[in-house]
Amino acid sequence: MSAHQAAPSRSFGLLLHAFGNRSFLIGSAITVLIALVALVSFFWTPYDITHLVVANKMKPPSWAHPFGTDHFGRDILSMIMIGSRNSIAVALVAVGIGMGIGIPIGCWAAARGGWVDETLMRMNDIVFAFPALLSAVMITAIFGPGAINAIIAIGIFNVPVFARVARAGAMSIWPREYVLAARASGKGRAQITIEHILPNIAAILLIQGTIQFALGILAESGLSYVGLGAQPPMPSWGRMLFDSQTRMMIAPYQALFPGFAIVVTVLGLNLLGDGLRDLLDPKLRRER
Amino acid sequence: MSLLEIEDLRLHIGNLPILKGINLTLGQGKVMGLVGESGSGKSMTALAVMQLLPAAIQASGRISFNGISLLGAPEAAMNRLRGNDIGMVFQEPMTALNPVKTIGEQVSEGIRWHTRASRAEAEERARRMLDRVGLPEAKFPLSRYPHELSGGQRQRVVIAIACALAPKLLIADEPTTALDVVLQKQILELLRDLVDEHKMGLLLISHDLAVVADMSDRVTIMRNGEVMEAGETAHTLSQQRHPYTRQLALASMHVPDRGEKAADRQGPEEARSAPLLSVNNVTRDYPHRRTSLFGKPGVFRAVDSVSFTLDEGQSVALVGRSGCGKSTLARMILALDRPTSGTINLSGYDVSALPEAKLKPARRNMQIVFQDPYGSFDPRHKVERLVAEPLHLLEIAPSISERRDMVADALDKVGLAPADMDKYPHEFSGGQRQRISIARAIITRPKLIVADEPVSALDVSIRAQALDLFADLNARLGVAYLFITHDLTVARAITDRVMVMHEGKIVESGRTDDILDRPQSDAAKALVAAAPDLQRALERRLARIGRI
Repeated sequence: MSAHQAAPSRSFGLLLHAFGNRSFLIGSAITVLIALVALVSFFWTPYDITHLVVANKMKPPSWAHPFGTDHFGRDILSMIMIGSRNSIAVALVAVGIGMGIGIPIGCWAAARGGWVDETLMRMNDIVFAFPALLSAVMITAIFGPGAINAIIAIGIFNVPVFARVARAGAMSIWPREYVLAARASGKGRAQITIEHILPNIAAILLIQGTIQFALGILAESGLSYVGLGAQPPMPSWGRMLFDSQTRMMIAPYQALFPGFAIVVTVLGLNLLGDGLRDLLDPKLRRER
Repeated sequence: MSLLEIEDLRLHIGNLPILKGINLTLGQGKVMGLVGESGSGKSMTALAVMQLLPAAIQASGRISFNGISLLGAPEAAMNRLRGNDIGMVFQEPMTALNPVKTIGEQVSEGIRWHTRASRAEAEERARRMLDRVGLPEAKFPLSRYPHELSGGQRQRVVIAIACALAPKLLIADEPTTALDVVLQKQILELLRDLVDEHKMGLLLISHDLAVVADMSDRVTIMRNGEVMEAGETAHTLSQQRHPYTRQLALASMHVPDRGEKAADRQGPEEARSAPLLSVNNVTRDYPHRRTSLFGKPGVFRAVDSVSFTLDEGQSVALVGRSGCGKSTLARMILALDRPTSGTINLSGYDVSALPEAKLKPARRNMQIVFQDPYGSFDPRHKVERLVAEPLHLLEIAPSISERRDMVADALDKVGLAPADMDKYPHEFSGGQRQRISIARAIITRPKLIVADEPVSALDVSIRAQALDLFADLNARLGVAYLFITHDLTVARAITDRVMVMHEGKIVESGRTDDILDRPQSDAAKALVAAAPDLQRALERRLARIGRI
């Protein structure tokens, strides 16, 4: 029948499905783990990373230092833990900026149509035309390197993504009869957008959010790698990769673990997004 | 031996039975009508014959086609039969064709696959077939794409695909439900001619008794996965031995009792005060898609200088074929669209010109009921919120408890329980949803309700109830209706006046009985002649039997 005919208890049915969806389970487990690590790092890390013990430098992984130590004798596990804070914060705020500006733009364009739509979306295309990292490099080059500017740069690159997704979703809801009924009830465009459009496109926006979050982490690492992200002594995964690359031959573990952290986090978020899409899109769900 | 024999066909999903022992036989060159309401298992029976059932369904019993057992036949054998010996026509011509392939490719595809004919030969056969279904190459070259054709033309392409290899059995699953009555008649005539020409067996699935009575030699009536009654069409439907057959027949001819009120409203015209709604010279143009960047786009005139008035408490039908502009007119009356020229006046408010902010009082007086009871509700809101939506139009917002009272009252008026307001729309059946949709329309006590094909998506028995409800609300609340429909039985059942619309113009208007019994314009004559009528179809059929 139609897509609206979900099980009577929607939330319970969704929960059951969630446990049957492997990519959602693995993805959310990894994401929760990374978030926990970041939280724990505020209160406890195995070692104090501001404390340099030169006698311990370049130690390979051992029981005392599971991921080894770097060229200043700092514990790599502790640095990765603190670095996760930076990655998550940058990606989170960047997705927030993208959603906060992009969704209203997309919804407005869909609601108004005509030249408003054209103007907004062509401006969007201009922003979209710049490769994400290139525009980030440009912004940090103008305003100077640092975590805040990296956030803004990645955030701006997220805006057109969300604007497009929101517009496409909203355009498919606007011709529905229940929207027509709301208009016949005298409701304005803004009110219809809030009451009917947004709840019905929330799922696709959430899915896009997880994917943009993963891309944000990648972008932050990239910026830090070229020295435009978080500045030392604040540890960041991209920076750790850069610092260790000259010693790849003698201490590969120094590059391996931060790289591994990036890969696992991005993989986890992508799996989560994939799983969410299967769960929240009733059409895809039925086909399984 | 019959062409198709189904014996004790049972289908299950897990432990849930879907078909409970269906028996059906269809001879060569015969038409079998399969009638039932939604969920009765008609389509499942057809899919079982095609062996296209969803994977989760287990089947038992026996289906034999020309002596070959189909149930459990290997996929390769079925592939040779499907499209070659068994053709199928689907309900929705919009989705049954592949939008990225030309109609020529789609018709010749099956021919090439089954006969290993060369491309040129297959196209030649496709050309002949399309010509046969009424799409001559001069007007409809093989290189047309589905979106360049209208709904009726697309259904002809679907029939051409199904009949291209002169199958022995054709299965048509509600082939005309998505079409207006005039197209329906043309498509049904085409199907009947093809059956006669090729001596095909036709399994015609429909919910419309009048269509089946007209078309089929034998009829099988199904309900909840069981055969209620089967037999020769004219006898079965005229004698109505089984109570369910009688129930279906009564429901499809149902006319609500509108009491005396309807009659006295047809009094002399001049006795009345100012009309509730007056539409003066309304025209609406839509620009065509631009063909070049600088060329001025042409216009398509959807509504062409239409004028009429509607009095308080009056019930008027706006009938016409699909695409005649009736829905556009309705949208302008509801101030969802602006006319290019002309004015629309609703109880003193010029709804064609006022800005949205000043339309509130006018909007309180008019509401809408849509055709599709599934698409007209936000699936994420509860009934309370859905029904209360028009309360937004009140000057003083009601308190939460007042609001609940008003929703309960509106639900009560349409025959639903006040407790239903805490449910979601998917918890209701199609008929109940249409009641919710009516409750939403009456909550502000409007003077005019515009109903766009409000019963054409409903089963006959639910449709009869919905018509009763409309008539009842008209009598009790004095609501005026503008019914937009292509179905003349609906117009006859509940309206005082009929306006016939054709290509954007109102070509005829007057009292319902006058127009439907003595149509003057060609457009009205075509509609009346094409409308399926159970009574007349049965009389024709009985007369034919008498002659033989």
